[in-house]
Amino acid sequence: MITRITFAAMWLVLASCSNPTPKSTLYTQIGGQQTVDLIVENFIREIEYDPVIIEYFIESDIGRFREKLSEHLCFHTGGPCQYTGDTMKQVHQGMQISETDFNRTVDLLINAMTKAGVNHRHQNKILAIFAPMRSDMIYQ
Amino acid sequence: MISVHKALSVFALFTSCCYAQTDGKLLSTAGLTQIEGSGGGGLVPWATLAGYDSRDEISASVFSTHVSVDDYRLNAWGAAVGLYDRVELSVAKHYFDLTSLGAEISQNIVGAKVRLYGDVIYSDWPQIAVGLQHKTLSDGSIAAAVGAADSDQGTDFYLSATKVHLGAAAGYNLVWAVTARATKANQLGLLGYGSAQQDDYQLMMEASLGVLLSREWAVGIEYRKKPDNLGLGEDDWYDAFVSYIPNKNFNLTAAWANLGTIAGSQQQRGLYLSVTGYL
Repeated sequence: MITRITFAAMWLVLASCSNPTPKSTLYTQIGGQQTVDLIVENFIREIEYDPVIIEYFIESDIGRFREKLSEHLCFHTGGPCQYTGDTMKQVHQGMQISETDFNRTVDLLINAMTKAGVNHRHQNKILAIFAPMRSDMIYQ
Repeated sequence: MISVHKALSVFALFTSCCYAQTDGKLLSTAGLTQIEGSGGGGLVPWATLAGYDSRDEISASVFSTHVSVDDYRLNAWGAAVGLYDRVELSVAKHYFDLTSLGAEISQNIVGAKVRLYGDVIYSDWPQIAVGLQHKTLSDGSIAAAVGAADSDQGTDFYLSATKVHLGAAAGYNLVWAVTARATKANQLGLLGYGSAQQDDYQLMMEASLGVLLSREWAVGIEYRKKPDNLGLGEDDWYDAFVSYIPNKNFNLTAAWANLGTIAGSQQQRGLYLSVTGYL
């Protein structure tokens, strides 16, 4: 019995060392799903009012875009979601997004985050997560 | 500063009436304009190109910089063109006022830079660029008098690496640049090139480190190693800067600069002010 308890205790200690559950993810720091949904909603509005970027969305299913972007943002900031959409390469296939328009869209995302009350430092961390995906998005 | 304001307002008028703004890069990724007219920090050329051109665009910028230390004033102004975020061509003019002697030295600078690799934000490795700055003294008599081997003209060559790390400094964006410069210049070339004792190219390391406190404000420090060909105790340069980058039309920088000993006058410290306007 004692051996068993010791073993269990050791296992617990080891488990907590090797696989620590993070105290707070970026997802929780920014305010969880409520903020994620607000960012997505603001982002869609920013796109709607941008004469250049709206062109890329003319034939898009906005409902699906809203759902998948929300999952994507939730998943990559460490939230309790699965991303069920297509890869970034598939999503942007054939869109021929230029470097200029990509950066313009980043500016719209920054506006969306600012309006959702996400602070500067959290914005940077979110951008840092998505920056490496750029090569799968532009000139596809 | 009045002339700077005037230049800026004329420039603003010019841009608003006649040209579409080039804005293919993210805010602040064009950096600033360094003292010799290349895209950079304040003293150090960076791998970033002056201007907000992306790979599909052409940009243009003008700058004016004023440095005022104990015994000298330096007024610099110039312009740069950015071609497809690949090539930067620049021209600049220096007026160096020896306040105590009542003399002035002026020189012209033409610069070229080519981006070899990367994107300062998006690529895994730093952005890399090579460049040159060719300088011609208007009147080499002072350079000759202090013993320069060449009192007419000279060329610096540099290789720079620059990177922005998003959110890396406790959530703030971090930017650094390291530049290696091959040079024979005495005090930016204002006192000519080389001397009878030392007339070879030497490699000088330069570096900048900055933190972006917000989308608009950045603070940082710089270091520029300098040769002492003339044996006049030429010192390495340092500065600490604050930059305000409200939009892609212009930015302002104020810095405290320590330029050390210049032509025998020690502890030359003072204020550095710079403005760049962009098309």
